Amino acid sequence: MNYVEEALKGNQLAGARLIRLLEEGDPQGIEYLKALYPHTGRAFILGLTGPPGAGKSTLVDRIITELRRRDLKVGVVAVDPSSPFSGGAILGDRVRMQRHATDPGVFVRSMATRGHLGGLSRATGEAVLVLDAMGYDVILIETVGVGQDEVEIVDMAHTTAVVCLPGMGDDIQAMKAGILEIGDLFIVNKADRPGADEVVKQLQVMLEMRTAHDEDAWRPPVLKTVAVRNEGIPDVVDAFYAHRDHQERTGILAERKAKRQMHFFRELVKEMAAERIFGAAEGSAEYDRMLEGLRARQIDPYTAAETLLDQTLGGR
Amino acid sequence: MKQKKVRVLIAKPGLDGHDRGAKVVARFLQENGYEVIYTGLHQSPEQIVNAALQEAVDAIGISVLSGSHNYVFPEVMKLLKERGMDDVVVFGGGTIPEEDIPPLLATGVKALFRPGTPLEEVLEFMRENVG
Repeated sequence: MNYVEEALKGNQLAGARLIRLLEEGDPQGIEYLKALYPHTGRAFILGLTGPPGAGKSTLVDRIITELRRRDLKVGVVAVDPSSPFSGGAILGDRVRMQRHATDPGVFVRSMATRGHLGGLSRATGEAVLVLDAMGYDVILIETVGVGQDEVEIVDMAHTTAVVCLPGMGDDIQAMKAGILEIGDLFIVNKADRPGADEVVKQLQVMLEMRTAHDEDAWRPPVLKTVAVRNEGIPDVVDAFYAHRDHQERTGILAERKAKRQMHFFRELVKEMAAERIFGAAEGSAEYDRMLEGLRARQIDPYTAAETLLDQTLGGR
Repeated sequence: MKQKKVRVLIAKPGLDGHDRGAKVVARFLQENGYEVIYTGLHQSPEQIVNAALQEAVDAIGISVLSGSHNYVFPEVMKLLKERGMDDVVVFGGGTIPEEDIPPLLATGVKALFRPGTPLEEVLEFMRENVG
């Protein structure tokens, strides 16, 4: 099978196997990705993040339905944590989305974090590129359940929704400096529970302090949903598009895309550099001596790192 | 950076809600380093195969306690062939009468575990046949 040709035609098996190669860091996968790259950059990339149990997967399920109703093809990348002990994972986000499993206009891929921090997995960005090239109009990224600091999603998505829950009053205070700063819109899910209006109010107060007093500035809406009962979903989708229109009009989208590109590039250079440097050093007697010295605390790691880099990249 | 992981889909077809076996196996495989994609209850063969396709799994484990094994397994095998996924290893478990097992294995199912099978046996099977 010609993975690239088939993926561009929307062949799900080709796309799935390509994502698998990329997830495993297979160099052939990167070659395929280079060929796909000119066909990317068209999809609207949405991020959904929030604490565990906020109902992210159920929301994604409902949002897929709404987007399909609007005749849009939807790709989903759902990230769940790997066990730090076994390295294994149970990826259960699909459970809520399986009704779409037989819809050819929907593609759901679960990914384990495999030790990557930040709320996503290392290959999430690459999976998004593949789905983009396959022709999905909207790509939804569901992060792992996050607390305060896992904000990598903003570098990936054009529009990010933060999902909150009723009864999170004090938590919202605590989260101020973390994920709450990254929301382009806020969803208070399970809004049929007591305390929903209080959370909405608290979020609004917080956002008022955050938003610049600028006519043109985007004011993140706070929306109430009850995902299990399919309530409030069209408003959420409308808000996604309202945000995108605003970003396009103000030029922020282009800026954000460029920033995302730079971020992607820098991460890639870091990753490839580390791979080459260690690859070149491993097996040499000198490197072994260095590691020995580190273990025995005869050299400090700063000096060791500098020495290694000087040796591979040449002196500064 | 090479990061090989074996990916397994655990699915539970049928109208019954007996998913404990599926969950125990899922958990056990996770503890042994596998990435397990769990689909939840009431899955049709088509849903199972499409999920396996999108998730690019190496193996599919199907738990059947509803008596529908003679339909589910052959149907899954047929769909896998149609989709060009013959290389995916299929195994299963549940209340499957002894005499039904040979004909199911003849359709290409790699192993069927009956109630009371020690989990280590499943792991051994996985290591030998999947990775």
